[in-house]
Amino acid sequence: MMNHDDQESQTPADATLPVLSSESGTSNDTLVSRRWLLLKASIALNGVVGLSLAVPILRYLLSPVKKDSYYKRWISLGSLDQFPTGQTRLAFFKNPFTRSWDGQTDNVACYVRRMTATTFQVFAINCAHLGCPVRWFPESHLFMCPCHGGVYYANGARAAGPPPRGLFTYDWKIEEETLHINAGQMPTLSNSAELFMPTIGPDGDSKCLG
Amino acid sequence: MPRMKQNGKQVYDWFQHRLQLEGPVKEAALHPVPRRTASWWYVFGSAAFTLFFFQVLTGILLAMVYVPSAGQAWHSLNVLNHQVALGWYIRALHGWGSNFMIAIVIIHMTQVFLFGAYKYPRELTWCVGVFLLLMTLGMAFTGQVLRFDQDAYWGLGIGAAIMGRVPFIGGDLVHLLLGGPIIAGATLSRFFDLHVFIIPGLLGLFALVHVWMVLKLGINEWPMPGRLVRRSSYLKEYQELTHKDGIPFIPGALWRDLVFSAGIIAAVAVCAYIFGPIGPNGQPNPAIIQTVPKPDFFFLWIYAILAFLPPAMETPFLLIAPPIAIAALLSVPFFAGEGEKSWHRRPVAILTVSFLAVGWGTLTQLGMTTPWSPHMNAWSSDAIPVSYLRNATPLQRQGAVIFQDKQCRNCHSVGGMGGKRGPALDDVATRLTPNQLRYKVVTGGGNMPAYGKNLTAPEVQALVSFLETLHPANEAPARDAAEKTIKASEAAAAAEMHGKAPSMPNAGP
Repeated sequence: MMNHDDQESQTPADATLPVLSSESGTSNDTLVSRRWLLLKASIALNGVVGLSLAVPILRYLLSPVKKDSYYKRWISLGSLDQFPTGQTRLAFFKNPFTRSWDGQTDNVACYVRRMTATTFQVFAINCAHLGCPVRWFPESHLFMCPCHGGVYYANGARAAGPPPRGLFTYDWKIEEETLHINAGQMPTLSNSAELFMPTIGPDGDSKCLG
Repeated sequence: MPRMKQNGKQVYDWFQHRLQLEGPVKEAALHPVPRRTASWWYVFGSAAFTLFFFQVLTGILLAMVYVPSAGQAWHSLNVLNHQVALGWYIRALHGWGSNFMIAIVIIHMTQVFLFGAYKYPRELTWCVGVFLLLMTLGMAFTGQVLRFDQDAYWGLGIGAAIMGRVPFIGGDLVHLLLGGPIIAGATLSRFFDLHVFIIPGLLGLFALVHVWMVLKLGINEWPMPGRLVRRSSYLKEYQELTHKDGIPFIPGALWRDLVFSAGIIAAVAVCAYIFGPIGPNGQPNPAIIQTVPKPDFFFLWIYAILAFLPPAMETPFLLIAPPIAIAALLSVPFFAGEGEKSWHRRPVAILTVSFLAVGWGTLTQLGMTTPWSPHMNAWSSDAIPVSYLRNATPLQRQGAVIFQDKQCRNCHSVGGMGGKRGPALDDVATRLTPNQLRYKVVTGGGNMPAYGKNLTAPEVQALVSFLETLHPANEAPARDAAEKTIKASEAAAAAEMHGKAPSMPNAGP
């Protein structure tokens, strides 16, 4: 405390209400120890009440933490006719886990690459680097990311730039002439695939499992 | 008149009798401060505090219209911008207030660091200040999210991608951050919670503790070279300083604080008027992928770092560097709690600040120009200069078409237009021989994809023949140094063979 010296100003009001004066309430030792015990007990009581409330509060807070399978569903991307063989097309679906106030945010885009009549690759729109939306260039058969310049080959393998792996892919299946994918959450490095050494070169396979 | 004065005094006494604030307020107002601290260098802290209240005020005003719902937020911001009377101006004040607040907090921190203010006994004041900086940045990031547009959406995506890199619990952290499996309504609601309740509540509390300590411990004295801080004697020396050469805080020092704060708020008001509100840009619809997301100004340096780190270093850097940086800031007063305060005798401090400032400035500049990002539309929008194709052969012209059509232009500029990801190709022929060009196109390497599978052999041939023409008129294209020798020996061999087999085909390159 260094700044006290100029305080000629002990306000008169201080003297008028001695309610909080520290000199009141001293007593003998036994009384004091009993009061302390009561205080400790009351603190413990509050602790118990607090802890028992913390459990539901924590469960409420952690409610979004679910297994990936909880959020994922098989969703139709539409008729197979929309996806010509040998081409990669942008497709959209409504995220299966949604709330009425989500607005446009549950419109999810993905890329469908049809290799043959019955074989597909479905890529997430998110760059494996930091999740930005990659763009497909059919002329050069490359995906390019606008954020940090990640580039991928047509098969999703990493071609250049900072991504640590190829594009994320969704599991797919064909049912009644429609293409279905197993989707429902934003793909990140922790939920969609293990890290693997990127295969550099157009022949590399992206090796990602949905 | 005297009667009114008497009434006023009575009212004052009535409140004073009950609140009993006169003593503490007088103590705070009249406490002596070292004469030299009544300086323009000491005004930044109070300006940051003023800006905080300014942000609270403008934030409350915005919350009267803003709807924190993923389906409505973007529309409500546009209503604020275009339909509510002066809604655009309140948004602009809040946005520019935010920019100024970060700037002032960082300037304040730099100033107290250079003035050695973190040394004994003000270590805790510094540490609380570090958290105030972090919370200010937290407010900036969450505020950017509430401006629920495309940048906010993909910025959240970047946040989720970073969270997803945490080992073991990454997936759970992503769910916690987003409030669900994707960026959606729950995400905006929790960032609203952070921006409006949690962080500002903590920020206000920490700011009060910060100011409390400044009042109790006294403002840091003007550092003099050679006047060392020692735990044993500092308090006594400070007391002598404030009493022998001190002035009361009010009015001696406060008037500068007030002038500067007023100036800063006026600057915010002027910037808001001239530059207007920040965003929102496109709708937060992830189906619109024709977007180039970019963080706000004060996070551009992080954006730049993420472009330059090698892939193998990225996850460790993202997860380890922030805790180390925070720990380093917090530990400053504990390994340098005593000794010299003056920047005249602290070269390491000066070097650190200069290094950080230059590094931050460079990275921010790079973040503004993003030389690592392909220009997504360059291939179809930036024409090849006519002069480059004058007298070009059909094959070379075909090569130029392929150069555009295969998106080479997205990363390589020609004639000053196009991407900056790869080198400009205006004089590429002076650097690479035709064979090297062909090899580079086919196999790629570094940050260039291999085009071997994506181009036919005739396309490669045409492209290379165009690239060969890209050299200044007065500078010869690169040639293989061994070419002459090889040609000569080939010619000699051919001449030798000539007699025996005149129809020997020339070996191709």
